[in-house]
Amino acid sequence: MNTPLRRIAVVVVVMFLALMGAATWVQYVQAAQLNADPRNVRTLYREYDNFRGPIVVGGEPVASSTPVDDPFGFQRAYTNGPLYAHATGYYSIVYGRTGLERASNDLLTGTADSLFLSRIQDLVTGRQPQGSSVELTLDPAVQAAAAEALGDQRGAVVALDPTTGAVLAMVSSPSFDPNVLAGHDTSTVNDLYRTLTDDPGEPLVNRAIAGDTYPPGSTFKLVDAAAALESGLTPESPLAAPDVLPLPASSATIGNFGGASCGGGGTVSLAEALRISCNTAFAQLGLDLGDDALREQAERFGFGAPLSIPLRVTPSRFPEDPDQPQTALAAIGQQDVRATPLQMAMVSAAIANGGEQMAPFLVRTVRSPDLEVVEETSPSVLRTPVSPATAAALRDMMVGVVETGTGTAARIPGVLVAGKTGTAQTTDDVAPHAWFTAFAPADAPRVAVAVIVENGGNVGNEATGGRVAAPVARAVIEAVLAR
Amino acid sequence: MVTVAPHQVRPGRGVELGLLVVALALGVGAYALVGLNVTGVLPANIARYGAGMAVLAVVMHLVLRVRAPYADPVILPAAVALNGIGLAMIYRIDLAESTAADPSTFANRQLAWTGIGVLLACVVLVVLRDHRTLRRYTYTAMVAGLALILLPLVPGLGTTINGARIWVHLGGMSLQPAEFAKIALAVFFAGYLVTHRDTLALAGPTVLGLHLPRLRDLGPILVVWAGSLAVLVFERDLGTSLLFFGLFVAMLYLATERTGWILIGLGLFLGGALVAARTFSHVAARFEGWLHAFDDDVINQSPGGSFQLVSALYGMASGGLFGTGWGQGRPDLVPYAESDFIIASLGEELGLTGLLALLLVYLVLAERGMRTAIGVRDGFGKLLAGGVSFVVAFQCFVVVGGVTRVIPLTGLTMPFLAYGGSSLLANWVIVALLLRISDSARRPAPEVQGYDPGAPASTAADGQATEVLTGLREARG
Repeated sequence: MNTPLRRIAVVVVVMFLALMGAATWVQYVQAAQLNADPRNVRTLYREYDNFRGPIVVGGEPVASSTPVDDPFGFQRAYTNGPLYAHATGYYSIVYGRTGLERASNDLLTGTADSLFLSRIQDLVTGRQPQGSSVELTLDPAVQAAAAEALGDQRGAVVALDPTTGAVLAMVSSPSFDPNVLAGHDTSTVNDLYRTLTDDPGEPLVNRAIAGDTYPPGSTFKLVDAAAALESGLTPESPLAAPDVLPLPASSATIGNFGGASCGGGGTVSLAEALRISCNTAFAQLGLDLGDDALREQAERFGFGAPLSIPLRVTPSRFPEDPDQPQTALAAIGQQDVRATPLQMAMVSAAIANGGEQMAPFLVRTVRSPDLEVVEETSPSVLRTPVSPATAAALRDMMVGVVETGTGTAARIPGVLVAGKTGTAQTTDDVAPHAWFTAFAPADAPRVAVAVIVENGGNVGNEATGGRVAAPVARAVIEAVLAR
Repeated sequence: MVTVAPHQVRPGRGVELGLLVVALALGVGAYALVGLNVTGVLPANIARYGAGMAVLAVVMHLVLRVRAPYADPVILPAAVALNGIGLAMIYRIDLAESTAADPSTFANRQLAWTGIGVLLACVVLVVLRDHRTLRRYTYTAMVAGLALILLPLVPGLGTTINGARIWVHLGGMSLQPAEFAKIALAVFFAGYLVTHRDTLALAGPTVLGLHLPRLRDLGPILVVWAGSLAVLVFERDLGTSLLFFGLFVAMLYLATERTGWILIGLGLFLGGALVAARTFSHVAARFEGWLHAFDDDVINQSPGGSFQLVSALYGMASGGLFGTGWGQGRPDLVPYAESDFIIASLGEELGLTGLLALLLVYLVLAERGMRTAIGVRDGFGKLLAGGVSFVVAFQCFVVVGGVTRVIPLTGLTMPFLAYGGSSLLANWVIVALLLRISDSARRPAPEVQGYDPGAPASTAADGQATEVLTGLREARG
């Protein structure tokens, strides 16, 4: 009986080899794939059981993790949550991550490739691994001023440093408190999330960069003027400015704001047309330049291009193939032209920076737990939308808007402010969106800003960009200049 | 004539004691690490626990010194190590699942069962002086085995847990009689086959070149086979049925050396399994959960989905090569982490390295049993030792294979590791039997005619002794 016994013994060895092979398959070959399976609750626990690095604004953490005694190990907390909610985003066990919590996740968790050395150090020294701190470009005073000026009106504010591209303020209103979504009790979080998604004000949407983009209205005239100047016109070039412009190949007409006349129904200079925001003159200019020239100039300002700061920015857009009436309407920022507040701030910033558009960025430095700088964003030129001469001419024209034109509400004593108003009609029965974009001081710019107040804000149907949005921009500019 | 110097067989009790120290250190050390890593302090009862385990191991060691001095020195330490590591993991899962209001006490109960199991093994070693005594009870074992198999079907006694009717409630305890039935059946097969192997193998018609046994020789075996099929059909226990079938085929092959019958047996089982998969929804669900474990609707199906299996695979994957360490993983995320899926819990916390080490301990245990079977001189002992060794190995294969998706998940317990009193008692009895048989396998033939109470009744010829040693060497290779 020894022969079959030996054979059975071999069978036993084979069975165990099969088991060892299968165990190796599961725990080694397939392990990475299994660990990455989104249905794997361990991955969730492991990720949340992680000493996540803080998000820092002005030297103070606005998002930080503290150890707690539950399966997740750490609780994420947001100081001044609603003020920075759209920048930080939230970090929820149920709804995942948004904002920088998502965009800078691998830095905050410490798993980014750039943190490899730091991880090795942790391993050698036995220190508890901690994620990096992500320091933002936001300025607490500017951010607070923007939020306060906007108040409870729906809208958004973006402020940039035109010489570097650093985002100084990014406010979207209404906001929310990310703390309520960072809780570890699933049913509570579910309820609060549903409250937020049911809110008609859509507090979770970051209107500054990623909302339902808005028609830019008359602020788009900056793009028209840039295209005109680049094509050889000067600020003094006369533009036809009828009281009412019949649109070619249609029975529709374009009039001026409030049915007013610009230049007595004859011609106005380009500078004058911008100062008083003359619709008929810019509509005719748009027709004369053609939609291709307008689109090209818009794209040189960044329309249609993907952008990440590192939050993902919805690309602004100019219509693909408009007919003549559509081109005329697009020239005054209506019809299918859409822009984010960040895009309009970037237009102003490029003009302010002598025609060079700096790449906007939100993360200034990334530091390892021992405060060593791991990554630092250095300013870079993104595009050159206009020549220095064109930029200088546009600057002077925009100064006129604030000094004596539609944007006088943004005047600041002793400071030269350059700006442009916009009042964008959406539908007839809803109050228009009020826009204002500006930079200051005009001769040595330190801030470029764009403001939108949805549907006229507190003023309703009486709203214009100059009346509703310009004061918000002024508050932001003052906050920057007061630094 | 060439004279051969008599080979001195060392009893190996000293080796056993050394290995026992290692095994105890593994188990008690694991227990201490669990406490340290989960709560930050040593478990409150670590001294009592360590002393208890040591006393149990030493008592059994002393019993062996007196009653079976030549028993295999590796079998007991292997069992002690596995039992200790299992206890540590059960304690670890207790800590994870305990709440202040409802403390989980699986580990305490498992510790009590360990004590009973070791004492039962000692009793077997003391009472059963010679394993061949068991041969007298061949048919008693058959009846007992069948009765144990069918016990859960008795109304009022058996209970259905998770769809399988394999439990018996007796005086507040729940037992799985099938665990004991496998020993009884091994005794029956060994006793029956050793008597009838020649008639089975030689008498009977030849059909299509394949030799078939006479029906009257095969009859009792068929009765038992039908009994194990009844388990599958009426008790809905795929695992136990598979285990009995494996035992049956292996021992039939050991006795008759007829490979063709194995093929027929395997064919019959695969055919039966396919029919069962089409006929019974619970079997079909197991196949579905095996083949399409990661489909969303299979995972979410309840009952009978693959959620448990997939959770276990996630756990093992998160352990990776070296594991999370004792107490550092989340084995409690897998349902039944302390019983059916303890191997996944160990894979998570000890890693692939630890899991392979555990499998090697099982392999050593099973192969030591096989070596015992090769070494022992009588046919009954060979069949019994071979049968129970194979059944231990096969049970590991069915359990670990189910967890790692080699075969469909069936729901057996891992010998010694998993929580469960019946399984622990039965496996300690198996260890006692193997130790008893190995004692007579390794005991040198008496050189002088004299009275030796422990020696086999027959005196072995030199030739047989040489065969024994050759067998040992070959088994090692």
